[in-house]
Amino acid sequence: MKTLRIFLIIFLSIGFSQLESSEKNDELKNKILKNIRCLICQGQSVYDSESDFASSIKLIVNKKIKDGMSEDQVYEFLRERYGDWIIYDPQLNKNTYVLWLLPLLLFLVGGAIMRKKIIFKK
Amino acid sequence: MKKNLKLIIFLIFLIFCFIIFYKGLNKPNTYTPKNNAEKNLPIFKSEDFFTNTPIESKKVFGEKSYYIVNIWASWCVPCRKEHSLLMELNKNQSIKLIGLNYKDNLGNAKKFIDELGNPYMQILIDKDGTLAVEFGAYGVPETFLIDKNKKIIKKFVGPLNRGIVEEIKSIIK
Amino acid sequence: MLANQIGYYSLILGLIFSIYLCVIAVKDFNNKIKKLNPNIITLSFLQLTFVIISFLSLIMSFIKSDFSNETVFNNSHTTKPLFYKIAGTWGNHEGSLLLWLLVLTLFIFLFLIKSREQPKKYRISTLLFQQLIIIGFFLFVLMTSNPFNYLFPIPSEGLGLNPILQDPALAIHPPLLYLGYVGSSIIFSASLAAVTQNYISKEWGQHIKKWVLISWVFLTIGIMLGSIWAYYELGWGGFWFWDPVENVSLMPWLTLTALLHCILVLEKRGALTSWVVILSITTFTLSMCGTFLVRSGILNSVHTFANDPARGIFILIFLFILIFLSLGIFFLFNKENNRDTNNFFWLSKESSILVNNWFMMYFLSVVLIGTVYPIFLDVISTEKISVGPPFYHKLITPFLAPFLLFMAFGPKLKWIKSKIENKSLLIIFLVISVTLTFLILKNITTDLLFYTILISAAFFLFFTTSKELFFKKFNNISQAIAHFGFSLFILSILFNGILSSEITTNIKVGERYNYKDGEIFFEKIEEKSQSNFNSIIGYFKVTNDKGKVVELNPEIRFYNQPIIITSEADIRTTLLEDRFLVMNIVKGNEFFNIRYQVKPFMLWIWISVLIISLGGLMSVSKKKI
Repeated sequence: MKTLRIFLIIFLSIGFSQLESSEKNDELKNKILKNIRCLICQGQSVYDSESDFASSIKLIVNKKIKDGMSEDQVYEFLRERYGDWIIYDPQLNKNTYVLWLLPLLLFLVGGAIMRKKIIFKK
Repeated sequence: MKKNLKLIIFLIFLIFCFIIFYKGLNKPNTYTPKNNAEKNLPIFKSEDFFTNTPIESKKVFGEKSYYIVNIWASWCVPCRKEHSLLMELNKNQSIKLIGLNYKDNLGNAKKFIDELGNPYMQILIDKDGTLAVEFGAYGVPETFLIDKNKKIIKKFVGPLNRGIVEEIKSIIK
Repeated sequence: MLANQIGYYSLILGLIFSIYLCVIAVKDFNNKIKKLNPNIITLSFLQLTFVIISFLSLIMSFIKSDFSNETVFNNSHTTKPLFYKIAGTWGNHEGSLLLWLLVLTLFIFLFLIKSREQPKKYRISTLLFQQLIIIGFFLFVLMTSNPFNYLFPIPSEGLGLNPILQDPALAIHPPLLYLGYVGSSIIFSASLAAVTQNYISKEWGQHIKKWVLISWVFLTIGIMLGSIWAYYELGWGGFWFWDPVENVSLMPWLTLTALLHCILVLEKRGALTSWVVILSITTFTLSMCGTFLVRSGILNSVHTFANDPARGIFILIFLFILIFLSLGIFFLFNKENNRDTNNFFWLSKESSILVNNWFMMYFLSVVLIGTVYPIFLDVISTEKISVGPPFYHKLITPFLAPFLLFMAFGPKLKWIKSKIENKSLLIIFLVISVTLTFLILKNITTDLLFYTILISAAFFLFFTTSKELFFKKFNNISQAIAHFGFSLFILSILFNGILSSEITTNIKVGERYNYKDGEIFFEKIEEKSQSNFNSIIGYFKVTNDKGKVVELNPEIRFYNQPIIITSEADIRTTLLEDRFLVMNIVKGNEFFNIRYQVKPFMLWIWISVLIISLGGLMSVSKKKI
């Protein structure tokens, strides 16, 4: 009886951890799918699209997550095959330095202009 | 003087923007597979169309030859149109055709082949479309040209036409 | 068919009168009479009338399903319900351009009759600048986008309107949006006129403020309606996707909001004159730029109209003519103020408005660069990248917390020089905000530090504006309402983001699906037929862990013209949360794929935007500054 109880507890806890990890997997999967562009749609993510292409991507992302790939690895997998265009989060590389840094630069320039206009002493 | 300098810089910037937008108008705004970079052949496992036996990519692309991977389906109308061009390519000795049956019903697919002929050395089954994704395909029909070093050197989205066939023929000479 | 002719010739007449109006206006400008030639107002009214006639003719053609008209053929169908036949008039490229003309001519007419106490030369200059835009659009319509093209032989049936566009929110979204977006043209024209007349002053600021407010209120509501439509109709439960077309409407909103705040400084202190002009020019330029981006086919988006590079070239050239012109006028005529008037003491209302503008311009640069950078990269290097939500979130959210804090402090400061009053009360609010946030968040999120900072800042703004609203004399109620609304807006979005949950699964009729908090029971499906579609309605009962049952009936619609299948989500909205269920067919299978979402505080997102607009509206109706 006791062994049965122990066995049951172990079995259930494995079951529960599966449930929890499948929830985490789901969250991760959705996060990734929202970041992938549906290439045959006009401006939709794979998450939002019901097209053939989107369904295939959903399946393959699911498979790769189950195989243990990390988020970045999944993106890399897709980028190798489809180019940077497929991922909505632009990587920081030589193509996108201006993209990421220009707004921040402008903010600093704005700050400099502000400094000139604002009087601090009484 | 400083004011004029600012004006001139700003004007140059505006003209630059104008040129960019003008040129941008003539570019298609959707994906264009400008993939002229070589890609490695994906490593995968699939099943053979006729025998249903599992098969590995190494075995499929075993020989040192040019390969064409053509994604097709019985429900795909443009696939019918390009089929005769595939039959023609098959006559060429230096190229081997591999078919990828995409999201299809096996019975209908077999009927398609019976009706139009089989240009493929081998056909693989891609029931859920994931194998096509491994190749970096957008959908169906789509054709890939693979060179003797097992690299994907060309991708043709959409049905083949005369121009593409000539291009392929000139590459594999 | 007759409507076609009337519509077309009305446009031609409108153009002729526009040109004639310019001639009369120039003559009147140069004569010595103090009063404005009343013919000008009459002519402006006639110009407006011809556009209205043209617009009504197009509506008539849509109502009668007159397929000899190419635009009607392309965008309508006999089985469409009447409401959507009418709304289809402006739901396409050509018809929406008529709407542009309508708002342009309406606003200049209203401007003329509501500016009688303004200097004559200023009024005429405004008119001339606006006419430039109006004539440009007349030419654009007549040369590239004629809504009255004749089709022969006359088709018996039209191609229909995309069913996802057949929605009440989307029907009124363009008119309201254009009143804001296109309405900013009058600010553009008036600013250029004022610069040439050296009239940028406190009086001018007071006069132009109501136009800025009107444009701003309509733009705010117009954008909100677009978001509401996306939420209900596109079936993914989101309401903002940082899609290029959405961004293009947001950008003028950002500059208009910045302008709104600067006008206060202009009105009160006579300062920031050059910056006000720059903002006015930029706002309308962004509107035009947006029109270019959306209608030329240069960008990939779910919202784009039918694409035609020829139209793109016209707008591009038109846009750059306007930019060069305004730039030229600014550099030729703008008089820099006395150096000192533009320097502000750091603890003053003026400075806080400068800070607002600083942040707004940063947000603008993020959205602008994110939207157009892919174009630049593609042209220069043929690399294609996508810029989507992650980019905007990463660059904007870190700046939100300080922005909210400045919003809380700014209105409390007085003009010129101030001290912070009630320091102790503010510190109490700050402590309450942080503690409250921490207690709420500690069990529900993993990004504790990040969200605590952001949400405490929002709560701080919330408490400080609540105090203004409910415990103080109403000396600036409109601003308090607008800022209060904004704090509510940020709180709603943040909590909605953190607390939303979703389940996706495949399910067959009769099945029950158990999830963490309850159960979804797929009871049955029913089939229904309407005039232009057939549908399958799914009957679902969702039970949550407290035993409460909610019934949701999502639909899948099969439209006949054009042949499209759409999924209509069913959404149960309460004050506290929305429950959202959407159903999709899985090809070749008898089960369906469903997505069930619980989205807390969705309704508050819309309510808070309405509150913000209300603040703006109240400011319009105020008599004093």
